Amino acid sequence: MAPRSRLHVPAPPARPGQEPDFSYVQISPAGAVSRPDVTASVRDIENLALEMVRVLDEEHRAVGPWDPRLEASELQVGLRHMLLTRLFDDRMQKIQRQGRISFYIKSTGEEAVAVAQGMALQPGDMLFPSYRQQGLHVVRGRNLVELMCQCLSNTHDMCKGRQMPIMYHWGSGNIFTISGNLATQFPQAVGWAMAAAIKGEDRIAASWLGEGSSAEADFHYAMTFAAVYQAPVILNLVNNQWAISTFQGFAGGEHKTFAQRGPGYGMPGIRVDGNDFLAVYAVTQWAAQRARQSGGPTLIEHVTYRAAAHSTSDDPARYRPKEEWRAWPLGDPVTRLKQHLIALGEWSEERHGRLEKELEAHVTACWKEAESYGTLTGGPSLDPLTMFEDVFKEMPPNLVRQREELRALRSAAAAERRQSAPSVAKKG
Amino acid sequence: MARMNMVQALNSAMDVMLERDPRVVILGEDVGFFGGVFRVTDGLQRKYGEHRVLDTPIAEGGIIAAAIGMGVNGLKPVAEIQFADYIYPGFDQVVSELARLRYRSAGEFFAPVTIRTPCGGGIRGGQTHSQSPESVFTHVCGIKVVMPSNPYDAKGLLISSIEDEDPVVFFEPKRIYNGPFDGDPHKPAVPWSAHPRGEVPEGHYRVPIGRAALVREGKEVSVLTYGTMVHVAEAAVRLAGVDAEIVDVRSMAPLDVDTLCTSVCKTGRCVVVHEATRFSGYGAELVATVQEQCFWNLEAPVQRVTGWDTPYPHAFEWEYFPGPARIAAALKQVMEAA
Repeated sequence: MAPRSRLHVPAPPARPGQEPDFSYVQISPAGAVSRPDVTASVRDIENLALEMVRVLDEEHRAVGPWDPRLEASELQVGLRHMLLTRLFDDRMQKIQRQGRISFYIKSTGEEAVAVAQGMALQPGDMLFPSYRQQGLHVVRGRNLVELMCQCLSNTHDMCKGRQMPIMYHWGSGNIFTISGNLATQFPQAVGWAMAAAIKGEDRIAASWLGEGSSAEADFHYAMTFAAVYQAPVILNLVNNQWAISTFQGFAGGEHKTFAQRGPGYGMPGIRVDGNDFLAVYAVTQWAAQRARQSGGPTLIEHVTYRAAAHSTSDDPARYRPKEEWRAWPLGDPVTRLKQHLIALGEWSEERHGRLEKELEAHVTACWKEAESYGTLTGGPSLDPLTMFEDVFKEMPPNLVRQREELRALRSAAAAERRQSAPSVAKKG
Repeated sequence: MARMNMVQALNSAMDVMLERDPRVVILGEDVGFFGGVFRVTDGLQRKYGEHRVLDTPIAEGGIIAAAIGMGVNGLKPVAEIQFADYIYPGFDQVVSELARLRYRSAGEFFAPVTIRTPCGGGIRGGQTHSQSPESVFTHVCGIKVVMPSNPYDAKGLLISSIEDEDPVVFFEPKRIYNGPFDGDPHKPAVPWSAHPRGEVPEGHYRVPIGRAALVREGKEVSVLTYGTMVHVAEAAVRLAGVDAEIVDVRSMAPLDVDTLCTSVCKTGRCVVVHEATRFSGYGAELVATVQEQCFWNLEAPVQRVTGWDTPYPHAFEWEYFPGPARIAAALKQVMEAA
């Protein structure tokens, strides 16, 4: 038979009912990868894109040249942030299941990415997250009440009821507004960083996307522009293996690591154990230092696992084995940092339990306060006439007319309700 | 005052703004060292440096996304998309991002980006260098859309666009870059130097966004049009021998409803003209507005003269182009009705 072409359709190693199989994930031993100087040339450090930077070993010790040598107190703060992020996620998921918010997205299993990176960056650095980096808000000290009010679209909603839950923003906290259109933030972060360089500032930008959306053209734009202008930006690709039901092979992860795209565009690519708090912190620190001294951008691939469903609208039991998360070879970032602190003699199961209780109580108190500002179904609620604001800085005549049209409709409806209401109801 | 063609007027607008406001940056394909394929940014990089006037990779989505990021970081980017036909790779960044940043963040984030892009046919550009996609953008809430028809407006509107805190898509009808074009490709080209609107102040001035301009006063019929077609309509009015009032819409979003409808209510007849395709074209919005506001003053059905609903064909450019004969026929038709 004559040779013929054959269409290859990637398939994940295991489907529901099958044994999880992560043999495709190449893992370097902790401490095995060398740490180059931040001024190293791209072509000399291409190994970083193929190997995996890891610090925490099997005995929960920090080993090797990438150990960021953080104080125990800083590690405890990191653990606290990750735990709070997880408990906040768990609570919001439950609240969604009770029908009190319309939608939610958890970051369970990948908390180290946002938390360690948030801690390794400066408060003035501008962050362009995707929808699974709520840990950044936690690190920067955001009041959880504000995040909850956004999810509730209530009177204190920062988005004034215009965005689905989790599409937060924080101007004064230097965290950009989240878009529902994937990957768009990636090249915007590069533009922001180009402006910082034009202005001669030492602030840098960081952005995040999933391995799935790295297939978008926006990823390519970001990589090209960042490399061309040597923009001070850290581009993070969170490879959590799954994009809803689509495994990472469909984003092009079968034949090369995602980090290897970095050198392909002319910037360092670093593949890191995304569930190793210390390793994520260390590579971020390296990339930030490089960017701040005109060394240009870095692509970081965080190898992690999306332990939760994509969102509350998703059911992963239909497309992947239920036991995958337990079989994930890089473990749980919260447990690993906890064990490390215990190994250092700076933490205990008992302290951990106390912290959990304290944070749960905090989340409960925040939720009570958030609900007092209104819920989806109960008041107080936002004035619908505000929907015409902020389309433009100044409202153009067509929007003024439409707002007045809605105002008149609402007044008429209210008058009708008053007329038809029984008069006794007005007493008291 | 100086004599300028539209290319020089646009160049002067950017020169003035680069000089006045250190936040203004220009970016686009070939705009820097070379000065742009239509020469609109000629000399600006030499004068202001390569950090203010940036050559970019050939990636319209990247250009617009980078401009958004720069705008969020306090700059006032003016992005050039070399041909309006090339803008579509950046469409998501315009529609889902640029147009909605302010809204979705309740005013905390915004990007005051101006996107300049040459549009329109009549230059043997075929179907990929001739499009007029203005209605694709006027349908998006959160961006302003303008198209000047002469050098004076071009400079004043571009300055207003750059100064605006909201995003503006600025269409440049490339057929009239060098002179007003009356729709007859066989006549010798006429330069802007002979035209009153070719007189352009050298310094800073604004033409406000959101205001239409009365190009010709008349009593019998109103012609609502913009860009190149303003000049073609003038020729058609002469050809038809009617006392038409010509309104240059100029700002498509926001629209100056009052100026348009005052004219139509006065004349009682209306012809809408644009070069873009007809179906769901911007003319449909104009006709609907006229119908809502002027119905009881209308003496005849409103007519549309537009490009055909086909791609812009290379070999049949002048059969496609809604020239003076077609406009004159429409004028006669509305005059004869009722």
